[in-house]
Amino acid sequence: MEELFFIQNDVAPALWKGLLVSIRLIVPSAAFGLVIGVFVGVLRVFGNPFLTRLADLYVALFRGFPLVVQLFIWYFGLPHIGIYFTPYVASVIAFSLCSGAYHSEYIRGALLSIKRGQMLAAKSLGFSKIRMIRHVVLPQAVRRALPGCGNEIIYLIKYSSLAYMITCIELTGQGKIIASETFKYTEVFMIVGAVYLVLTSAAAWGLHRLEARVRIPGFQH
Amino acid sequence: MSEKKVILRAENLTKRYGDKEVLKNASFSVREGELKILIGPSGGGKSTLLQCINFLVRPEAGRVWLDGREVLYHRKRELYAYRQKVGMIFQDFNLFDHLTAVGNVEIALIHVRGMDREEARARASAELERVGLREHMEKYPAQLSGGQKQRVSIARALAMDPVVMLLDEPTSALDPELISEVLSVIRDLRANGMTMIMSTHQIGFAGEMADEILFMEDGVIVETGSPKKLFNQAECQRTREFFLKIVEIYGESR
Repeated sequence: MEELFFIQNDVAPALWKGLLVSIRLIVPSAAFGLVIGVFVGVLRVFGNPFLTRLADLYVALFRGFPLVVQLFIWYFGLPHIGIYFTPYVASVIAFSLCSGAYHSEYIRGALLSIKRGQMLAAKSLGFSKIRMIRHVVLPQAVRRALPGCGNEIIYLIKYSSLAYMITCIELTGQGKIIASETFKYTEVFMIVGAVYLVLTSAAAWGLHRLEARVRIPGFQH
Repeated sequence: MSEKKVILRAENLTKRYGDKEVLKNASFSVREGELKILIGPSGGGKSTLLQCINFLVRPEAGRVWLDGREVLYHRKRELYAYRQKVGMIFQDFNLFDHLTAVGNVEIALIHVRGMDREEARARASAELERVGLREHMEKYPAQLSGGQKQRVSIARALAMDPVVMLLDEPTSALDPELISEVLSVIRDLRANGMTMIMSTHQIGFAGEMADEILFMEDGVIVETGSPKKLFNQAECQRTREFFLKIVEIYGESR
């Protein structure tokens, strides 16, 4: 009984607050990450040698640095050169850039899988390179990349928990505060974990539906 | 009788891959309404020649004129405008897999020619009807047979109102019983006065339909002449051998 009151009165309101912050972190980071990923992926496959190398460098850096280190640099490092971000903004920037690097890899693979003949056909109809990418290549590549990109978004939901390391108190951060006040680590973090599980399951379900909606007969094989 | 005007002229087209010259100083011209057929062994440079004509493959040297105007293919805008006037049909159809038949035909009308969607849809439907695919407009490439796919690709090229069409072995990837449906569409185009350059192994079709046959081997246009001349009294020894062999395999008739 006492447990239930504890959860209802202390845990639930705090975690609810944290959850809202988490969602505010995840949604824009997923959107920006995807846009960056598509853009960088296209540059890596279709860009001129300079842009391709620049895009490769971006991916190497943001995929190579641990995400926590990236967060520390954005939040604690940049003030040294006079750039200040709030914890929330620093988190969204770090998540978007990291996520974009991973997305670009899925997009790149999908772009490379599009048959060259279709690009020849587009060119023969008078498409410019940019229009060809936009109207012929990307609609197919994005469909092919969807399972991978969905996976990355599910990762993002979980690694958004790192934001509390730079004082952006989201779900995990709220959990940590309550747990250390009450020493009920097991109970609190079981609940926190379950909430993430609900989020990732909802995302997986949504992504699955999206995949089904944009499915084209015979395209998967 | 006055000579029809020259639609397309190519001069000294040359293409190298590394040390290997796959196209050597190929020159020819096509007059309005003519069907020129490229014949020769695989790897002889037929595809390369066709792809050099609309610069899908960049030739190392050579010039191309359309309607008497030289194509300045290093200027992007000019190149894109030129390609709209030159329809291309590929051996593997190369339909856009994510679009229905009608979507395949209208996409360039919308995004290259800037037509509004309704107008483009109407035009695309009309072109599909012309190649006998009215019932299959909403099907995706994976749901169509090879012959149907190739006819969609022909409709897609025709929708752009090309002044000349390049057909790169349009029936080579088809099952034997599907070949005739594609050839009959090409025959209709010919009857309607479309200017075409086509590579093929369909020797019977070539003999019956071509105004002129160009025999190509090792990147060189070895000999040019009417079907009759090349089949029966080719000047070059190699041409004679080739036609003798191919007639043996495929027969004189379709």
